[in-house]
Amino acid sequence: MCLAIPMKVLEVKGEEGDFLNPPLAVVEASGLKKEVRLDIVDRFPSEGDFLIVHAGFAIHTLSEAEAKESLKALEEMAKGV
Amino acid sequence: MFEIDSGFKDKELSRALLRGIEKEFKSPVRFMEVCGTHTMSIFRYGIRGLLPEGLFLVSGPGCPVCVTSQGDIDLIIELSKEPEIIISTFGDLLRVPGSRGSLMDERARGSQVNVVYSPSESLEICKKTPEKEVVFIAIGFETTVPTVAATILEARAKGIKNFSILCLHKTMPEALRTLLEDEELGVNGLLAPGHVSAIIGARPYRMLSREFNMPIVIAGFEPADILQGILLLLRQLNDGRADVQNGYKRAVPEEGNLRALSLIKEVFEPCESTWRGLGKIEGSGLRLKEEYGEFDAMKRFGLSPNPSREPKACLCGEIIKAKATPLECPLFKRACTPLSPVGPCMVSSEGTCSAFYKYGLL
Amino acid sequence: MKDKTIHIDHGSGGLATKKLIEEVFLKRLSNKRLERLEDSAILDISSNQLAFTTDSFVVDPIFFTGGDIGSLSIHGTVNDLAMQGARPVALSLGLILEEGLLIDELERVAESIKDALLEAKVEVVTADTKVVQRGKADRIFINTSGVGIPYEPRLFLSSERVEEGDVIIVSGSIGDHGATILLERSGFKMDVSIGSDSCPLNGLVETVIKGVGEDFNKLKVFRDPTRGGLATVLNEIAQASNCNMILYEDDIPVKEEVRGVCEILGLDPLYLANEGKMVLICKESIKEKVLGLMKSHLYGRDSRIIGKVERNVKDESPIVTLKTTIGGERIVSILSGQPLPRIC
Repeated sequence: MCLAIPMKVLEVKGEEGDFLNPPLAVVEASGLKKEVRLDIVDRFPSEGDFLIVHAGFAIHTLSEAEAKESLKALEEMAKGV
Repeated sequence: MFEIDSGFKDKELSRALLRGIEKEFKSPVRFMEVCGTHTMSIFRYGIRGLLPEGLFLVSGPGCPVCVTSQGDIDLIIELSKEPEIIISTFGDLLRVPGSRGSLMDERARGSQVNVVYSPSESLEICKKTPEKEVVFIAIGFETTVPTVAATILEARAKGIKNFSILCLHKTMPEALRTLLEDEELGVNGLLAPGHVSAIIGARPYRMLSREFNMPIVIAGFEPADILQGILLLLRQLNDGRADVQNGYKRAVPEEGNLRALSLIKEVFEPCESTWRGLGKIEGSGLRLKEEYGEFDAMKRFGLSPNPSREPKACLCGEIIKAKATPLECPLFKRACTPLSPVGPCMVSSEGTCSAFYKYGLL
Repeated sequence: MKDKTIHIDHGSGGLATKKLIEEVFLKRLSNKRLERLEDSAILDISSNQLAFTTDSFVVDPIFFTGGDIGSLSIHGTVNDLAMQGARPVALSLGLILEEGLLIDELERVAESIKDALLEAKVEVVTADTKVVQRGKADRIFINTSGVGIPYEPRLFLSSERVEEGDVIIVSGSIGDHGATILLERSGFKMDVSIGSDSCPLNGLVETVIKGVGEDFNKLKVFRDPTRGGLATVLNEIAQASNCNMILYEDDIPVKEEVRGVCEILGLDPLYLANEGKMVLICKESIKEKVLGLMKSHLYGRDSRIIGKVERNVKDESPIVTLKTTIGGERIVSILSGQPLPRIC
């Protein structure tokens, strides 16, 4: 089962590639905060980025600009019909 | 604050896309939504009823619990009876009936079954109960696999000795190929799974699309994502094209998630796997590589695969292949309900039967 | 109290029991009828109609954000009386304590029982305490029973009176209690500011019944959507009345945080328990009046009309339909079993 909401990065803890203390991000969506692992994410995020999360792990990072762009693209398409 | 998710749930946006679908719809078509989360979302928002008459959505083999073979389910339940073993699993598996009872039944009889939200939580259980063996039931597609790989690497780095996995992972492209090879499938386009694609990228679909002349659109899970996917499929059909389009760019890069793919490769290797309904498919499963054999519960506990005997009269296997709908199953809503399910499609929140039961068809 | 934990002597019926009852309960809950400590309480009631109800409370964890098992046990029974249009008159309180429970914790529970009683303007008139060995119960179980008398004796509240055209009102956001408990019980590490909505609803019910005056007969049903949530309660009413219902998802109040928890755990707020909300069904002609009255009360501020009752289906089985946010329709079925968080 997949989680549709991208979650916003509030804080990044730890270093890339550390398996003893895997890196984490504190993320937020709909007023709730949680920690997610960053071991398998495609691009190491920084504060303000959004993360697509699966089973407690971030799987994809997108910037706010990319997030907005994807929504805009869809809106454009809807307008065009 | 910029609220990204509400945008994709927007009513006006969905309405506009629906108008587009009306306009592009010319003659009866059947599209398959491959992912179980798509199925859920489609029912949750009542999307089927909003589509023009003659545009059908059918569910595919994308609910991980549903495609797990009966033999494997039985193996899990047998394993849970071992007193020294703690089973760590996602919640969906709890009610799935084996040939005799479910994990939930075993838990009531004293088996130790822990529901986790992330495979990595299993390691916390290992630490708390060093005298026990913790076995994570590794079910899931390419999205879940790297989270399990990361957990295994963490266990190795930390020297955790009482952790292993029952590796039942499956991969999507080979199963889709098997489905598409079936000439009776009668599907005119695929909505490809969003988060599996976030890991594997768009490329694996390109070959399938070319080979089978099949329009494929990768779609997200919000209503607007799904409607957009349907619209793009219709346009491809109308243009006489069969391409792969990425309708979920905010999660899916063309090449996928290279880090996750390399972690999968580090820990797992392809193998044959048995799917409910689809049977044995070469290269559609993953097993632990030799160097990670110590984490393999099959080896650790000397288990051997169970033969698959699917429950009599249960149509889950056909439903997974879109050959039947729950309404055609003689057990649906009679012998098979969410409280006493016969097949996994009635149990998993993503299962087609469960969605039909819970949300109905209007 | 000297002793730090409950032990089996506290249930002996002897001195230790007496001391426990005096120092933990009588100190807080004392009233003329309870302090007589007789085998039963005599109630002086002139009404010839009595509402009578009982409920048991086994919630885990016993303390949660927004309440605890003590306040819950009072609200639960007060609300069951209120849903029949009755003012609570007297309650009983039965406790089963597990050996090893901290007396501090028991005092916290007693304190919150006291506060809940004060707010609901009702007394405990008879009580009982038992102690069981460690492992034979889960810290503390509570049973409360209650009697009440109708605010309006001529008013007959029943699901069977529900008919086509009636409107469905809910007294505020749904799922708060269920989401809070699930989150605290699951150990799912999530930081979110939600709490249980546990509260007494008798004041709200009184406001509505008295406020509509001679239109009282246009009120059909009050129900508190506890276990099984809004979906289950509405299905039960649909079945009893044999009427279809339609709900509008856009109008159903759900807090953003509860929606978020549901999305992440794969749950549906329609099926989550509430402990301080009511569903009211009344004739269309008094809906504005009723809504206004509900909104004037602290516990009904966020009341909303969420749907309406449709045609009587006679021999078919009635269905509850939800118009989704994007305009689709789906069936809202009854809850089947314990909601299970999903794979994610």
